[in-house]
Amino acid sequence: MEVVDKDKTIPGDALKSQEYFVNMGPQHPSTHGVLRLVLTIDGEIVKRIEPHIGYIHRSIEKMCEKDSYRQIVHLTDRMDYLSCHINNVAVCLAVENALEIEVSDRVKVIRTIIDELTRLASHQLWWGVMGMDLGAITTFLYGFRDREMITDIFEETCGARLTMNYNKPGGLMFDIHPNFQKRTKEFVEHFKKKLPEYDQLLTGNVIFQERTKGIGVMSKEDAIAFGVTGPAGRASGFECDIRKKNPYHVYDKVEFNEVLLTEGDSFARYKARIQEMWESLSIIEQLIDNIPEGPIEEKTNAVIKLPKGEFYQRVETARGDFGVYVISDGKKSPYRLKFRSPGFSNLFILDKIARGSKIADLVAIMSTLDLVMPDIDR
Amino acid sequence: MEKSALKELITSWAEGIEFDEEQEFLQVNIPREHLHEVAQKLKSTPETSFDYLFCQTGVDWPDCLEVVYHLESSQHGHIIVARAKTENRENTTLDTVCDIWPTAEFHEREIYDLLGVVFNNHPDLRRLLLTDEWEGHPLRKDYVDDINMINY
Amino acid sequence: MYDFTDLVRSIHESLVASLSPGMAALVEWIIIGAIFLGFFALLGLVLVYVERKVCAFFQLRLGPMRVGFWGTAQTLADTLKLLLKEPIMNKRADKFLFNFAPFIIIISSLIVLSVTPFAPGLQAFDINIGLFFVIAISSIGVVGILLAGWASNNKYSLIGAMRSGAQIVSYELSVGLALMTMVVLTGSLQLSEIIASQADGWWIFKGHIPAFIAFVLFIVASTAEVNRGPFDLAEAESELTAGFHTEYSGMKFAFFFLAEFVNMFIVAVIAATVFLGGWMPFHIGGLDGFNQIMDFIPPILWFFGKVAFIIFLMMWFKWTFPRLRIDQLLTLEWKYLLPLNLMNIVLMAFVVYMGWYFGN
Repeated sequence: MEVVDKDKTIPGDALKSQEYFVNMGPQHPSTHGVLRLVLTIDGEIVKRIEPHIGYIHRSIEKMCEKDSYRQIVHLTDRMDYLSCHINNVAVCLAVENALEIEVSDRVKVIRTIIDELTRLASHQLWWGVMGMDLGAITTFLYGFRDREMITDIFEETCGARLTMNYNKPGGLMFDIHPNFQKRTKEFVEHFKKKLPEYDQLLTGNVIFQERTKGIGVMSKEDAIAFGVTGPAGRASGFECDIRKKNPYHVYDKVEFNEVLLTEGDSFARYKARIQEMWESLSIIEQLIDNIPEGPIEEKTNAVIKLPKGEFYQRVETARGDFGVYVISDGKKSPYRLKFRSPGFSNLFILDKIARGSKIADLVAIMSTLDLVMPDIDR
Repeated sequence: MEKSALKELITSWAEGIEFDEEQEFLQVNIPREHLHEVAQKLKSTPETSFDYLFCQTGVDWPDCLEVVYHLESSQHGHIIVARAKTENRENTTLDTVCDIWPTAEFHEREIYDLLGVVFNNHPDLRRLLLTDEWEGHPLRKDYVDDINMINY
Repeated sequence: MYDFTDLVRSIHESLVASLSPGMAALVEWIIIGAIFLGFFALLGLVLVYVERKVCAFFQLRLGPMRVGFWGTAQTLADTLKLLLKEPIMNKRADKFLFNFAPFIIIISSLIVLSVTPFAPGLQAFDINIGLFFVIAISSIGVVGILLAGWASNNKYSLIGAMRSGAQIVSYELSVGLALMTMVVLTGSLQLSEIIASQADGWWIFKGHIPAFIAFVLFIVASTAEVNRGPFDLAEAESELTAGFHTEYSGMKFAFFFLAEFVNMFIVAVIAATVFLGGWMPFHIGGLDGFNQIMDFIPPILWFFGKVAFIIFLMMWFKWTFPRLRIDQLLTLEWKYLLPLNLMNIVLMAFVVYMGWYFGN
């Protein structure tokens, strides 16, 4: 954005405007957690953004170095709590691959369905919060209404609504509830009617489009260079869907499109997530009627010890490319374990794309990046 | 590009490059003197064009610290794992790669914060997660904190 | 049948008969003041409750349900809580201005309330420049907002106050011009006369297209002027936490809150009076039978019905639309609303000159 040089328009130093700092956060309604942004502001225009993180750093990686692999699974849903199941699965997959355990098709299909339900729940919450950040508080309640059905399904399946811990290395904790298929189908039917309602309420709104179109444009090169993944990266045309690139579970057997857009602005990031919800619904529909029979877990040793070596497992969470990097020295806990969280990389492009925009735009850009602070701080 | 072809190409760039093919991805150990130069080539050579640094990690080994770079090419889709070791656990300097992959700026700050690897030429090397007055680097194996750590 | 003129006159005459003229006037002032303060407080309580309920139903909720029947006593309980809260002040704040600001805002809305024509004969202050008075006094409120933002010594408050200043100064133009369009038609600024001129039909129907345009413009501009969504940039809770009243707590915060709702009421009163005939029942010229049936409904119900309709309209906006950005807000005013208003006023003048409106 062009900033008018004030020296040229107003003569004299007396009327010169002054830049000042604003601490946005750690307690602020739209930083979605304890993120602190130090903004350099000139009037309404943001000149520089410096993110300060670490307010919710719990050193999960250090804790993992003392825990057994089964325990590590339980730590992962404290990171990105909105895609907790996908995080759990990532660790389980890493361990299973290292031990060369092949889980049954039943486990794979159930994991895929719940992965997609988790993604839907996360996107619904994001949609509600996105509207709220732009001042349309009603969307928040609409998003939560539909998310409630998913959390009810989760509660019935494994007893927890948010931090599920439904997986363990080798399979699932328990089999699905007899109602699972029925209720999931009910949800899909319900949500297919509600998604157009979302479009009516927010997507088609003139003010909303004015607020998001052409705001915070991220080029494909920037997205790759800063490692921005997930719907945010794909809205810029960066093909980064792990489900397509390195398929896990049964993603190679279902049909779905990788949502790729080219505009790279806030509205494209918004649209990418909305379209991804349709894709998730279609994946669930393809799988829900034919969950194969089979064992829900493979036998593992009482104490899981990974062979010596390095293992890297990538999965696609609701926010992007999540990686688990395990360096094992053959003991019961990893020598070093690194979680590559998508939010961490996504956050730091903020200064690049939001520089020169208004304070209100910064809020819109931040919410289209869909940041979850525990995921970033770990 | 195939692993063997990559290996051949990269070997010709600098001396002392070693490979490890036992793992999932091709691993390349780069001597720290050549780190920046080889990293630059990994990104800019058209055949390799590793433009997406998806994970950067530090590891604390008994004799040195090591930084691991997971690289992917958005164009070719191949993955390589580059590694560079510091001299020992006291003299822990490495060249920064954040001018090549901008995302490395913050990964390197995190590695500096938690492991104490000092990156040369880094524009803004400060602690990222911990407070500025924090002493020590918690992800090191010999780090002791009587208050915040539970030992079992 | 429902005229309050006789009642008011009899009270006045009995006071004059028993007291000296000066004392009678004083007693009248005190009575009117007490009535208005009571009405003001009641209005706040009712409107906050209504807002919460309306918002809740838009958002698929029930809203307050616990205190009293359907939560009717909830706002009363909230007031009690606000009264008991500790008034916290920023150490570096400008103490005098910080405490003074809420009063400016609340006094300005209270003054404007005084010209409200509730029903025939039930108007405290029927000044002959009524509309002008309303526009003039309601713009004092922005001084309070600016002071609050400045005195808080908080950057968010300051940004909020500056936004509010820019916003109100620009939107006042549109409010004034939209009303001016109607004044061309009514030929008077006095509220009672404006109402009297709508005995055979409301201006929004009689005044053809320009009157309708003026109504829409007035609703949009006045929503912006009272800082309500989608124009609530001064508060913008997702950007500036709470804007100009970030640092306020307890009763001082409640004053800002109350003033917002009373301002909304005032805007609705003006819209109802100028466009929808105030307390005047719905009349169609020529249909006497129909008009008589309409006359059975008391004017005070007509008045509050119309006001409630416009307030509902404004709540509907607020709970549906996302917020505008400051530059879009100013663009909307200076590039769209203002030229449209100017054209509309010319159109209206032409219509009036040619006599193309009903009931002339």
